[in-house]
Amino acid sequence: MTKLTTLTEAVASYVKDGDTIYAAGFTHLIPFAAGHEIIRQGRKDLTLARATPDLIYEMMVAAGCAKKIIFSYIGNPGVGSLRIIRAELEAGHLEWEEYSHFSMICRLQAGASGLPFMPMNQTAATDLEHANPQYRRVKDPYTGREVVVVPPLLPDVAIVHVQRCDANGNAQIWGIIGEQKEAAFAAKHVILTTEEIVDESVIRSDPNRTVIPDFIVDAVCLVPYASHPSYTQGYYDRDNTFYLEWDKVTEDPARVKAWLDEWVYGVKDRAEYWIKLGADVHKRLEVKPRLAAPVNYGDY
Amino acid sequence: MEYTLSELLIINAARLLKDGDTVFVGVGSPNLACNLAMRTHAPSLLMIYEAGVIGSRPSRLPLSIGDPTLVSGAAAVTSMYDIFAFYLQRGNVDVAFLGGAQIDKFGNINATVIGSDYAHPKVRMPGSGGSMEIAGWANRCYVMTPHQKRRFPEKCDFVTSAGFLGGGGQREATGARGGGTQCVVTDLGLMEPDANGELVLTALHTGASVEQARANTGWELKVAEHLHYTESPSEKELHILREELDPQGTYR
Repeated sequence: MTKLTTLTEAVASYVKDGDTIYAAGFTHLIPFAAGHEIIRQGRKDLTLARATPDLIYEMMVAAGCAKKIIFSYIGNPGVGSLRIIRAELEAGHLEWEEYSHFSMICRLQAGASGLPFMPMNQTAATDLEHANPQYRRVKDPYTGREVVVVPPLLPDVAIVHVQRCDANGNAQIWGIIGEQKEAAFAAKHVILTTEEIVDESVIRSDPNRTVIPDFIVDAVCLVPYASHPSYTQGYYDRDNTFYLEWDKVTEDPARVKAWLDEWVYGVKDRAEYWIKLGADVHKRLEVKPRLAAPVNYGDY
Repeated sequence: MEYTLSELLIINAARLLKDGDTVFVGVGSPNLACNLAMRTHAPSLLMIYEAGVIGSRPSRLPLSIGDPTLVSGAAAVTSMYDIFAFYLQRGNVDVAFLGGAQIDKFGNINATVIGSDYAHPKVRMPGSGGSMEIAGWANRCYVMTPHQKRRFPEKCDFVTSAGFLGGGGQREATGARGGGTQCVVTDLGLMEPDANGELVLTALHTGASVEQARANTGWELKVAEHLHYTESPSEKELHILREELDPQGTYR
């Protein structure tokens, strides 16, 4: 069954005020277009969960979409701090729940597996465990030693950007595969944005590459360049200049507002945003092909 | 030859790596230290990146932990769960580099909050990322940081990543598998843990003094019995850094 729709319709149908959202992608494939669409539609009181909130959640926090963030690293990767989120936390304006990367991912793994919790070995550092009551300890019934456990994370909506999928939502990604699969299986609803819609036969030619199967997907949206200023492996580069510029923009709340007005509220969708970025940026982010050797599945 | 503070740190950190080590790498200085070691004394170093990339062969200087150049040509790419569980938790990582705003007397690291009240932070920092598990489970952890009193308090405001906790076997008692903070490389010299887990001054760089190190450390810094001097950065090391690894001087 085709699930093709526009991102505008997908967000309108599946993202509600007060929802817990997981916009997946560890540095790679961050679904910025969906974040901008949520801002445009004025969603409120969201709980924003992501290992690295990155610029996507900083923009959503700046636009007033968030009540709470769940995270394991609030930095601007390779640049420094996420100034807006940091200021909101220091001012006590934003609720938060903090993990390490592994415990954050274990929460998704528990959610995706239908388990009541996930165990982890002790790390000797206990301050975060004491600061966040979601961390608990249980005794290993086999050895008697204590392990650290975290509960499942069950987002209302997972948003995943992919290189390619078919109209039903069988999705293939390559490059850094982060936590997309776990987020999708843990969530109640899954919105896919994709660089390309391909025929089902393309997906079936390389089934090992399918990370998300169609039956857990609710919406399939063709949105090329959806991850800028993040990147899509093999399609376009990470816009490191943008990440540096954002650090300057966020020094001044007026500039943040102006940026959102121009680049989020001021455009209809990602296609318009991409055109607006202009030919110089397109050229800078171009990437030369480097193909994998084909594999032989055998004709049985 | 003249060299900068970060070149001094990178070169001394590179020398701590052994050929055949599996290293959990971050971008910036640690990445340069690993690539320098690979081009000098440790050609079979295996680099693992937190984003899930194993055996990277980056053709340009990676600018973020998830730079696509780390993926193209790598030996393997895994999910985040796999990289932390199968690689780190299972005990397959020899060395990792860590950083933070505070490193205390027992090698504990704070990258979370400044001030004693976690719920009302005076200064909010990025937090653990992967460093809580890295510090817990890598065999050896190294830190590169300028030698400044505010960076070296007697006790961290918040322990994001464990060194030797309060010393005297406290870390070992938790059962955490890793070896903890094994060396802190500063612009003055090296600090390494003694049998009690307390960081002591074990080496000085050319031109640095014990007095300087003591004056810039927030606890009564002990000096190792056999204090030695590190070799100055060589022409070869500086050449590789400047001409091959970071020609634009991004991390100089």
